[in-house]
Order: sequence, then structure tokens, then C-alpha cells
Amino acid sequence: MADIPNPKFSRRGFLKGAGVTAATTVIESANALARETKSALEHQQAVGPDAFPIKLSVNGQEHSVTIEPRYTLAETLRDNLNLTGTKVVCDRGSCSACTVWIDNIPKLACMTLAIDTVGHKITTIEGLSHGDTMHKVQAAFVKHDAMQCGFCTPGMVMSCAALLERNPNPSLADVKHAVSGNLCRCGTYPKIFKATLDVAQQRNKTAGLVSLAGGREA
Amino acid sequence: MALDSLIPVNDGEQSPGSPAKPEPATRTENLIWGIPQDGLQRKERKVPVDEPPPLPPNSELAYIGKPTPRYDGPAKVMGKGKYTADIHLPGMLYASMVDATVAHGRIVSIDTSAAERLPGVRAVHVIEHLYGVAELRDPSQETPSRYPVVRYAGQPIAGVAAVSQQIANDAAKLVKVQYDTMAFVVDRSDARAEDAPVVFPGPADAAGSAGGGGGPKNVPQKGNVHGPQRKTVGDVEKGFAEADVVVEGEYFTQVQTHSALETHGFVVDWKPDEVTVYASTQGTSSVRDEFSEVFKLPKSKVRVITEYMGGGFGAKFGAGNEGVVAANLSRKANAPVKLMLDRRQEHMVANRPDSHQALKIGAKSDGTLTAIQLTSYGTAGVGTGAGTAGPAANLYRCPNLLTEEYDVFINAGPGAAFRAPGHPQGCFAFEQAIDELAVKLNIDPLALREKIDESPARRAERRLILERTNWKNRRPAGADTGPIKRGMGIAQSVWYRFVNMNSSCEVRVSRDGSVELMSAVQDLGTGTKTMLAIVVAEEFGIPPSDVVIRIGDTRFPIGPDSGGSVTTGSISPSSRNAAYQAKQQFFAAIAPQFGTTPDNLALRDGRLILKNDASRSYTLKQAAAKLPTAEISAKATRAPEYAKERLTYGGVDYVELAVDTETGRVHVEKVFGAHDCGRPINPLGVISQINGGILQGISYALFEQRIMDRSGGYMLNANLENYKILGAREVPEIEVELVENYIAQSSTDAAGIGESAGIITLAAAIGNAFYNATGVRMRKIPMTPANVLTALGKVQEVQA
Repeated sequence: MADIPNPKFSRRGFLKGAGVTAATTVIESANALARETKSALEHQQAVGPDAFPIKLSVNGQEHSVTIEPRYTLAETLRDNLNLTGTKVVCDRGSCSACTVWIDNIPKLACMTLAIDTVGHKITTIEGLSHGDTMHKVQAAFVKHDAMQCGFCTPGMVMSCAALLERNPNPSLADVKHAVSGNLCRCGTYPKIFKATLDVAQQRNKTAGLVSLAGGREA
Repeated sequence: MALDSLIPVNDGEQSPGSPAKPEPATRTENLIWGIPQDGLQRKERKVPVDEPPPLPPNSELAYIGKPTPRYDGPAKVMGKGKYTADIHLPGMLYASMVDATVAHGRIVSIDTSAAERLPGVRAVHVIEHLYGVAELRDPSQETPSRYPVVRYAGQPIAGVAAVSQQIANDAAKLVKVQYDTMAFVVDRSDARAEDAPVVFPGPADAAGSAGGGGGPKNVPQKGNVHGPQRKTVGDVEKGFAEADVVVEGEYFTQVQTHSALETHGFVVDWKPDEVTVYASTQGTSSVRDEFSEVFKLPKSKVRVITEYMGGGFGAKFGAGNEGVVAANLSRKANAPVKLMLDRRQEHMVANRPDSHQALKIGAKSDGTLTAIQLTSYGTAGVGTGAGTAGPAANLYRCPNLLTEEYDVFINAGPGAAFRAPGHPQGCFAFEQAIDELAVKLNIDPLALREKIDESPARRAERRLILERTNWKNRRPAGADTGPIKRGMGIAQSVWYRFVNMNSSCEVRVSRDGSVELMSAVQDLGTGTKTMLAIVVAEEFGIPPSDVVIRIGDTRFPIGPDSGGSVTTGSISPSSRNAAYQAKQQFFAAIAPQFGTTPDNLALRDGRLILKNDASRSYTLKQAAAKLPTAEISAKATRAPEYAKERLTYGGVDYVELAVDTETGRVHVEKVFGAHDCGRPINPLGVISQINGGILQGISYALFEQRIMDRSGGYMLNANLENYKILGAREVPEIEVELVENYIAQSSTDAAGIGESAGIITLAAAIGNAFYNATGVRMRKIPMTPANVLTALGKVQEVQA
């Protein structure tokens, strides 16, 4: 269980695997399907459909939870671990409100089965700050008022913080691209762009770098 | 407050039947009045004696009018805010709704036995009365049945509670419903046909919610067509006869769903001594009222809590069918129950009605309006409230007006209040027709509005458009010769200064120097908590971050329901009054300890100051330590408006866009919005809201559209991948400018911005810019490639 190689194994993937006749015209997806089907079969031999115990590594802590194999990571985080910062909005991978990091890569927790994250490092919005000390992206969101109702905010923060991890000097277009899957109904996007570019600019200023994003307004 | 009676403007001060309030004792004050850029004037007003002294303009204040980070910002960005969807109580069950799979039919039987047998299921509840939809005036026109008649696919039927959400979802699928199906109609124009299936067998009316919506009652009804609601001023025939030019056109708008990110939902903990309701609601009071009414409970036994709220936009008031089901399940299971709608259900629980409007405007050659005539048909599904006459009736002065608004019933989910009910639809038609008039008269569209618009705030806003945008370089329509055509356009909005008198606050000062404010009012994400902290901070001379705000709980003094942009205008004066009165009590209690009189004390820059002795000043903590009792507190309610001069307000939005005439894509490139909300309390939050209104307006104009399957009778795109809403890549450059507008009507002069913030104007402004780009009038939204190419004459319209 602890050695599942494919963290992309998703609920949608599971359904495809179960249905086997799903579209396989693209070689890429055929390969993914084969991996997922194999993975699914392994699970079926090992566990379910009843609940069973697993260990998850979330925000640097080991958690033991008892879940059914069909539970998504989002459900498990929220209902079993009471980590409700991760929001569920569409529950089918179209809004990114449930974005968490799996091994530091942003992933959709509503499209990821909890069992597939065993042995992987999960970071949620609660794990981004240290106590009451906010992550720089979080602090910039507050400073620029990059939120209204706040329901999309954790997912937005996770997407923007991940962008800055992989690209410390993003352009406005990079930021737009990074949150292009994150939906916000209150329309906070302009300030999200501004906050994220501000973090990059401040960091680069400190590091003595010239920021291409400098002074650019969303 | 009833938003359905928008015309004439009603300030909602007294609900019908409630006893008149005695006139309060007053004193005379000189208040600032006007727009700073135009030069501030003074107005003499009679002010209730317990109200604080008038405020100077924002430029002279410490905290009001200064950009202030959101009070609950850190909690939101760290994922610590507990929304209703996040509530977890010991022993809590999870519930799932069962909804109708047919568009129209009688329920023959409901078999819940398989669901009840599923391990983990704790309770099942079958709905016997449906709320929030139109009801027959004469119920005997329908065969009596234990279950409500199904009138739309997705109509709630039952709820199941279980130990996990997954089991509840499984169980909901095991509930077997047998229908005796009937013919249905899901298209507005189909439903108007003589031989169309009727949604209701006789006249039916719907009540609005605490946030508005709902249409006129007891109007004529023929088949599915309910109305008209008619408003007449002067004589339009005479007005058109006097006109030098007449413009006339038909306009079509689509159904928009609210799509708040947190779905509608409740956690209900039914206990014999008190029912506790966590609600994702825009009105804790409205939830308490409806729970009390439905379950025949005294209000004192219903507690409603909304600490964090994931968006509403008009759809979340009252108990809702899901709240009533959750309460029944909690009572039956003797455990707390969480019931959040899923995304599909959220799309069907409420919407902004569509419209088909025929509009005719007459004017003299100098632009003076002589007549406005509007006929509108719109569908709010199984509800009413599709009227669109607000902008036509209230934006400009015109001596002759005739508006006739019809609701058309179809077998689809009920319409509800949605950010400026009726106004985006109405403005899309009306402000485009005004533009068309400007073209016909060969007058600049801004100049025409200068002629016909009496609002001083919008005059100042138009001046900003002229100064700050590219308007002066506006070219004739269709100037670009290539396939990409660029243009610019403007549109104006009107909204109303509603005041809800049920707006109270308590302010407490403790001996340790802590200051807190309590009210039942909720913060939908608009920034109500921050706004209240700023107002209290200003009175106490301490930073807003030093004030603790406890709201969203009906155990606190009653707060207004947040609909129609009433919240800030209603409760900011109460919060200031409460803070002022608490401060006066505080001074009275501590003055003897400092060997002085209360009127010699002041609070400034976090310190207590003796006005006659600059050498003596103390921190608030030191001063509070002298309190003879552990705490003092004051509760204040909303005083009536000092005057009722300014009843409307609004904004002007400017759009630059590009139309790709080959692909039919419209790309909004820049928006400049100039807006008025009286005295802005927190410009940072106000601008966030205006950004949001602008973006929701672009989304409405270009992308959003409920699509009904005519053969199956259900919504095809009840999700967030096929119901397209604006995303990051469609965000243009946005600039917002606020116009301070002091009206000398309350102790803060503040007003809400939710409705007038861009959502009203954007579709019209985009339409006007589209015309300027292409020379073609877009009379239909959303401006999808198909609709654009059809309007450009490049493809033929295909009936879905």
C-alpha cells in the first residue's frame, strides 16, 4: 500500500478503469488507463469496499484514518481529519477550490483518492502557515484584499504559492495561467494577480534581482 | 423590505401593519452635503438627540475612508474560517437530497424502505410542502395529493441522513419515486403559445424572499403568462407624438445561475430547548423567521449562526427546502444534521430570470426624452419576478412612461433575487437604446446622458470617464477595416437607497480596555465585519484591528438581511451610534476618576485626552482600568433617515473591447468604473466588490447561460464545466474610482455597493462598445461566438 507509484490515480480514472471500454484513442491516455487499471486491481485485491485503516502524511504529521477506498482526499481531509481549509465546490475537477500539494505539486483533492496518497507528502492550506505566521502569499492576499467570501481563497493561495515555488519571477500572464483553473465567483482575480506579483517583486528586491513583474498592475 | 415594488422607491422603514414609531426628540445639526470635487455644502437637519455629532468628510477622519485590510482576512487565507460547510458537531450526520427526475408530474408513490434499510442511515424525510415556488391562488384547481406536484426536474422530494456523506448519497439513490408524468415546457417563448402545456392549472403567485425577487400578486394570468404589472406616468402616445426621433428594438437575455462557491446548506441541531441552525445565508434574521414560522417555534428558541459565508448573490435567504429537510432529519434522528446541496442542485435552486424586452424611446432633437415604453416577458421558472423596468423607469427623467412586465411560467427551477434583480436585463436594453438614440441624434453618448441625467454623482462619474479613459479618441462605429474590430462604450446604473430599520448593534467596553461590537448581521464576503470595525475604531480613536467584531449570531441584537445593498447603509449608523453612546457612558463613568467632567474627555490616537490639559493623556487600557464596573455597554438601533432627498445612486462603467469578426469572440480589454456609495467606509473592500460586479457583469454578458433540454426537460449544464463562468484568463485591466457623495441622511451617510457595482451596467456597456467596434447592435446575450456570428450575419440562427 505504501508504495503506489501513480499519485494521479483519480476518481475519474477509477471510473474509466472500471469501465474499461472508455476512450483509448490517445496513446497517452491509454497508458495512463493501463496504469490505473493495474493500480485499481491491486487495490481490489488488497482492500475495500469496506472501510480500512491507512496512514496519511499531512502537513508533516502522520495521521491514521479509517476510510472506504472510494473516499476522495478532499473528503478525507475535511470529514476525517477536520482540515476544512480545503474546500469542495464542484467536486469534479472543474474549479480547483480543493487544490492541495502532493509532493509539492498542486493537485485536485476532489479528483484524488485518499488511498492513492499513502506514502506521499500532502500539504494543505493549513500547512502553509506556521502557527499564526502567514506564508508570504497569504500575507500578500490580506494586504491586497485578494478575497471576498474567501471560499476560493485556499485553492487560489495553493496555486499561487506553487507558481512562485517553480517560477520566482512570473509575469502577469504566468499568474493568470497558474490560476486559470481556479474559479472565483466574487471576482477577486485582479487583486490575486497583484498580490502574487507583489510577493515575487518583494522577494526579488530582497535578493537583489530585477523583477520583470515590477510595478505591473493586474 | 420588498424589492418587487421597486417603483416607486420604498425605503422599507416600516413593514406594513407594524405600529408607527414615536417621533424621537431631535436637535438641529449642520451636515456636510455634496461631492467634494464640486465643493461641499452644508444642510441643516433635525437629528435624534442620542445620535452622534455629524462626521466631517473622509479626508479629515482617521480610519473611515482609509483602505483597511479585511478583518477576517488572515483566517480566510489560512483556511481557518469555519463556513457552514465546514461545521462539524459531535455525532453529526450527513444528509443528501432526493430530487425529481421528471419535469412535470404527480408523485404516485415514494418508497423509502430500501434507503432506510441501508446500514448507516439514520433518518429519511419526505417533503409534503414545497417552499420558494409559486402557489395556486385556488389550490382546489389541483387534485389533492400528499406530495407536492413536481413542476421541474430537480425539485426537492426527500432527504436522507446517514453517518457519512457517501452513505447518505447512496441512500438517496435508493429512494424510489413513481410519477404520473405530464406534458412540460422549458422554453419561455414555447410557454407563451396558446396550446403550450400549463405549468399551473390556474393563476399562481410567488412570494419574494427577504432579499427581494418575487413578482406582483393577483395580476391577470392566461395560460403560463402572468401579468402584466403595469406602470404608467403621463401619456406615452402623446410623448411619442411630440418626439423628433424614436428608437425601437427587441432585446433578449438568458437565465443566469448564482453559482456561489459555497452551495446552499444548513447544519441543524434540533434540541428540545433550542434549535441551533448554522446557515449559509444572507440573512440570519430571515432564517430564524422562517424556521419559527414553519416549525411553529417561538423565535427565542431558534438560534441562527453564520460566521463565514461562501457567497450568496441574492439566492440565500430563509429556511429553504433544504433547511426544512435538515431540521426534520435532525429532529427524527435526534442528532445534528449537515445538509449542503451539491453543485447540480445549486444550479437549480435559484436563478436570474431571462427576458424578452420590446423597448421604444422617443426624444426631442436636443435629446430631451419624451416617452419610454417597455414590454417585457421573462421566466422565473416556477416562480415569478422577471420584471426589468427598473432602469427604464428610474434612470432618467421622462414625463411619459409605460412599462408592462409579464412573468412566463416554465417547468424549471424558481428564479430568485440575484444581484440587482431585473436591472442587468433592463439596463442591457435601456442603456443600449439610449446609445442608439445618441447615434440617431448625432450626439456623443456621454453628452446625451449629461443632458438627461439629473444625478450629480453620475455627473461627477462621467467627468472621471472623460478625464481618465480614452473616450475622447472614440472613433465612428465600425472604423477598423480588419477582422479584429475595437470599440468603446459606456453604460450607467441606478440603484436605490433601501434602509432596513431592523439594524441594531451593541458595543461593549471592558475594564481591560477591550472594545467589541455585537450584531446578528452577517458578512457574505462583502466586508461587513471590516466596515463595522472601522466605524467603531473611528469613535474610539483606536485602530480597527483593536476592535473585536462578533456578528452572524441571532443571540446578538438583530441585524438586517443582506439583500438589495442594504447592509452598510442600514447598520453602519447603528454601529456608530452604539459606539458613540458607549463612549459617552465610558466618559461619564471615568471622568470623576480623572477629576474632570465627561465633556472634557476625548479619545484620539489610541489615547484618552483631557481637552483642557495637553500634558495629561492615558492609553485606553489605563483609562478603562478606572471603570467602576467590569464592563459598560450600549445598544443602538437605526434612527430614521434625517431626510429623504437622495433615494437612488449609481455608477458609470466604461469598456474597451475587441471583436474577432471571424471567430465571433469578444474580448473585453479594459474597464474603468466610476461609482458612488455615499460615504465609502473601506475603499479597499468597496473596490473589491466593484471589481467583482464588473467581472460578474462580463461573465453574464459573454459566457453564462442555463441550457434546458427541450425533450428531457432538465438543465443540461448544471455544473461548473459546462456552465461557463469567467475565469482568470478573461479578466481585463480594471480601474475603479469612487466618488464620495455626502447626502446628510444618516450618522454615516454610507450605502452598499453590491448591486450598483458593475453587474447592472456591464452587458449594456459591452453592447455599446460592440456597436462602436462593429456598427452592429448586439440585442442578445450571452455574446457567445454563435450569437455574435449570427448578429454579424455570418451564420444563420439555429433553434436549439
